[in-house]
Amino acid sequence: MNDNLLITVEHLSRHYGPIQAVSAVDFELKRGEVLGFLGPNGAGKSTTMQMITGNLAPSAGKVTICGVDLLDDPKTAKAEIGYLPEQPPVYRDFTVDEYLNFCARINRIAKDKIAGAVDQAKQRCGLTDVSRRLIANLSKGFQQRVGIAQAIIHSPAIVVLDEPTVGLDPIQIREIRSLIRELSSEHGVILSTHILPEVQMTCDRVQIINKGKLVFSDNIENLDQRMRATTLLLELRTPPAEDVLQKLPGIHQCDALGDNRFRLYHTDEQNPAEQIAEQAVKQGWGLLALSPERKSLEQVFVEITSSEQSSHAEGQAA
Amino acid sequence: MMILTLAQREIRSLFYSPLAWAILGVTQLILAYLFLAQLQEYIRLQPQLKMMATAPGITDVVILPIYSSAAFIMMMVVPMLTMRLVSDERRNKTLALLFSAPISMTEIIVGKFLGVVAFILIMVLMMSLMPLSLMSAATLDFGLLIAVIIGLVLMIAAFISVGLYMSTLTIQPTVAAVSTFGILLLLWIVDWAGSKVVDENASGALSYLSILRHFEPFGKGIFNTSDLMYYLLFITTFLVLSIRRLDADRLQG
Repeated sequence: MNDNLLITVEHLSRHYGPIQAVSAVDFELKRGEVLGFLGPNGAGKSTTMQMITGNLAPSAGKVTICGVDLLDDPKTAKAEIGYLPEQPPVYRDFTVDEYLNFCARINRIAKDKIAGAVDQAKQRCGLTDVSRRLIANLSKGFQQRVGIAQAIIHSPAIVVLDEPTVGLDPIQIREIRSLIRELSSEHGVILSTHILPEVQMTCDRVQIINKGKLVFSDNIENLDQRMRATTLLLELRTPPAEDVLQKLPGIHQCDALGDNRFRLYHTDEQNPAEQIAEQAVKQGWGLLALSPERKSLEQVFVEITSSEQSSHAEGQAA
Repeated sequence: MMILTLAQREIRSLFYSPLAWAILGVTQLILAYLFLAQLQEYIRLQPQLKMMATAPGITDVVILPIYSSAAFIMMMVVPMLTMRLVSDERRNKTLALLFSAPISMTEIIVGKFLGVVAFILIMVLMMSLMPLSLMSAATLDFGLLIAVIIGLVLMIAAFISVGLYMSTLTIQPTVAAVSTFGILLLLWIVDWAGSKVVDENASGALSYLSILRHFEPFGKGIFNTSDLMYYLLFITTFLVLSIRRLDADRLQG
């Protein structure tokens, strides 16, 4: 058994009556890794997370946590998991201290270590100042932090966070993101979100899930690769006629955007930026700007999810 | 160990809501009034009791009626104590905390059950202070007193197990409370119909079901294992049903 393999999920499926929420999902999580779960609403992100944390029984498939089968020995497996559901599971009439103490105890932390664990969790989540306040009186952002504190209090091998930055202000979002990066040094983190830049900023690996199926699973560098677009943005002071630009080597299409700006489409293999710059100087076009355009993660996301749909439709037609 | 942690949290939650305090206060007030009325009755009857050869003692005349009344009051109080046990956690989505912690469904249910049992033990203790205050002036029949306390606690524990089960069935605390009260009342009065049924087997079965019938012997100072078993079976049945229902949350989602 590989020590660094924290979660192995094999053929995980779940249906609610006739609705297939998750179908045959496989993935792994290694130590020190942040895995981002991306998908539109209702794609099956939360269902998958509920299944790997033991909140929902899978219809089929297997979840192995640190070498322990979650269904065969849930107690041992669950001891290695910290879970923050979509809505933080906090007892509103408890103070932060009381609540975290209770969480420490149900996670079987030894009695003499509880105080230390609670203090550490509070410190990491920035809760030290509110420890004696009722959770009901805290703002949504602080309640979310209490939820995260609860998930990491027993320093589990795996931390599963379901949309941890929803409802937070930008500063809090930044803090939570840096906390997630920090957590990944000791724990494996699984994070679900539908905010794409969040994935770029925090995750090592991305999985895109759509309609219950895993449609993309790769590390963040490869996702970046995919985002590199095949267009250049060109701005000239005295531009030539459009068809001159179109005939430049490597360019197969040219769109005028107005204000002497052009979008040039080139082939995947080669980037003609260098030649264009050379030409521009030689012909005296007055080069003002030449920059490669990047596809936004949103575009990639739409591409991936929609191509999946069209291939699916073809399959059905055949 | 884990069960005690969960039970402790349950008591804490109860005392953090004004409901528990209100229930403690109101119940105590009503029972105190009954106690005083009963005491006055005893003082009025005392000259006649002196004439009788085997006169009932103060325990029979003053104390037992208090416990019978307490049993009836509890039938209305317990649904309010148990209604939020699971339904509230389901509504606030805090069940996920328990489900993802390394604890079993059995521990969760038994913990919650014992939490409320501990609360009603406090209630029974407080109401028992009233009869005990008579100790300075009279001799009490402690055997009888202890039997009736055991009987009362067993019966209330049975009430709680029903309430807990009802709470696992719904997301609305009030629905849980109303249905618990309905079932308890039905179990309380089920032998009224039994007494009118001519067929003796049928009436026997109905009166065996009656939750009250098994409490009465305790009030006579009879500690019968068959009554004890009735309550233990009753409680176990509803706890097992609750565990299964909670597990179904995980299975069906």
